[in-house]
Amino acid sequence: MAEVGLKNVKKSYGGMQVIHGIDCAIKDGEFMVLVGPSGCGKSTLLRMIAGLEEISAGEISIDGRVVNDVEPKDRDIAMVFQNYALYPHMSVYDNMAYGLRIRGLSKAEIDERVNKAAGILQLQELLQRKPRQLSGGQRQRVAMGRAIVRDPKVFLFDEPLSNLDAKLRVQMRVEIKQLQNRLGTTAVYVTHDQVEAMTLADRLVVMNAGVAEQIGAPLEVYAKPASLFVAGFIGSPAMNFLAGKISGDGRAVELAGGARVALADGRFASSAGRKVTLGVRPEHLVQDGAGTAAHFQLAIELVETLGADTLLHGRIDGKGDGLIVRVDGATMVKSGQTLALHAPPGALHLFDGETGKRLSD
Amino acid sequence: MRKVGFNNKLLPYLLIAPQIAITAIFFYWPASQAVWQSFLIQDAFGTRTEFVWFENYEVLFKDPTYFNAFIVTVVFSTAVAALSLGIALLLAVQADKQIHGSGPYKTLLMWPYAVAPAVAGVLWLFLFQPSLGVLAKLLRSMGVDWNPLLNGNHAMILVIIAATWKQISYNFLFFLAGLQSIPKSLIEAAAIDGASPMRRFWTVIFPLLSPTAFFLLVVNVVYVFFDTFGIIDAVTHGGPAKATETLVFKVFQDGRLGGDLGGSAAQSVILMFMVIALTAIQFKYIERKVHY
Repeated sequence: MAEVGLKNVKKSYGGMQVIHGIDCAIKDGEFMVLVGPSGCGKSTLLRMIAGLEEISAGEISIDGRVVNDVEPKDRDIAMVFQNYALYPHMSVYDNMAYGLRIRGLSKAEIDERVNKAAGILQLQELLQRKPRQLSGGQRQRVAMGRAIVRDPKVFLFDEPLSNLDAKLRVQMRVEIKQLQNRLGTTAVYVTHDQVEAMTLADRLVVMNAGVAEQIGAPLEVYAKPASLFVAGFIGSPAMNFLAGKISGDGRAVELAGGARVALADGRFASSAGRKVTLGVRPEHLVQDGAGTAAHFQLAIELVETLGADTLLHGRIDGKGDGLIVRVDGATMVKSGQTLALHAPPGALHLFDGETGKRLSD
Repeated sequence: MRKVGFNNKLLPYLLIAPQIAITAIFFYWPASQAVWQSFLIQDAFGTRTEFVWFENYEVLFKDPTYFNAFIVTVVFSTAVAALSLGIALLLAVQADKQIHGSGPYKTLLMWPYAVAPAVAGVLWLFLFQPSLGVLAKLLRSMGVDWNPLLNGNHAMILVIIAATWKQISYNFLFFLAGLQSIPKSLIEAAAIDGASPMRRFWTVIFPLLSPTAFFLLVVNVVYVFFDTFGIIDAVTHGGPAKATETLVFKVFQDGRLGGDLGGSAAQSVILMFMVIALTAIQFKYIERKVHY
């Protein structure tokens, strides 16, 4: 168990910089998820913590020790790879025992550790099998078993679930979370799947183009995304964005289509006339009830019924910006219908029209 | 494996007919001729032919020069296979590290394979020719009394070098392909597990390469048995004093030059069975030992 510290960590390949200075302190026992689209540098960052990629600039420390020049084997970490990276010519038992044998542990101790890990992961029956005789989920468990027998300071997961089918992915996600809770080991987990990130993380780092856009607890990131990118990436379906500018009195946003959406209070009075992007999540738009003024007339073009809830895709006034609304699954709506929608002031997000950064609140 | 059905009963036979025809003309027919010939004794002018059953084989097994050729072949093939596999593996591991200039490096390593065996033999013959050769001069200046024309061991070393040099390219290519098919993450996992580069090689990389290595071993042995004829013919003619006379060279020597067609045919039949056995072993082994 240990803390992991990243101080202004940078990575360049030749002249190309791919990670632009990341600062992050991962607490002891914390489950930290690095999430972002492919190519954002999250895997590279993980591999730098593992010691598989050189650190171009900055400092990475594990348990207070700077590990920039420490070999992977001496960093006291364990890594679970996307393709599991099981040794195909060794049995499950030998796969788990390999690292322990190298460390020169006694036969009895290796046996004890492997059996304990096999017990935790329900692999006892499979110890003598070869990896190719296992299903995807079982291989995944063996890969985790190989990580936990070593009792490392930090677990590193590199998209470990992306090779599994949807059902198994959900099941293994729960297992990983339970395992980490039980062992209390610090974990760094890379994924491009925002659902995985939200459900697993104690805190998450949302990365984009080599920059940490936001670091925070899942709900904090969901409730107060720091930038347009984070707002669009976290949450499914993605947040609706509408271009507009702050009205003269600072109490509303005037949208390009002419609609006027009221803001909670007068905090934006000083930025009257400023170009902004208004964000509102599909689940926060409400159908117009009595007493509230409708902001949009949404012409429904497509209805996606998911069962528990229903997604409505449409256009404002039938010709303007596209908008997605999430309504209760019991709501009966057909495409072609027009819906009066209201965006409650408390559910609005404002981002600077130029920089995409969240406006203070 | 998925079975594909043909609607037309005749079509599948037509499709494999060319392959069957080629195999029949270039293998089954000459092979059966060799078997037939090995039961015959013919006089030097081809006027009288006598059917003798296994007499040719009996004579062969009592012949000390055949035993000698057998020993020479074992020494020669063991040395060539071990050297060419070992060196090729070493080179492939280096090439797999993907440093600068690995492209030209790989291309240059492929070249020897494009050289005809006899030419390769002549090349090395010149380099090591006792009175003219550059390398022979170097050896002499170091105090070695180098003379492959008179010294059987020297002659053997020379043909081994020539045959090995020729085969390294082929082995290199297969080893490199084998190495590149091993996922990088396996090596990384082993590195995190604490294995030193040497240990990684012997416990992870080499076992995964073993099917490739075994395939190459068989191919190399077959190569040494048959395709080194050109090299030996060009460099030593099996000499001095039969020191480099391998089984296949003896077939040529006895049949073509010695006029003993029956004995020579018997030898080639024995060779044929050796290769069939080797190939059978290989197929059995490969089928059992594929990891992915």
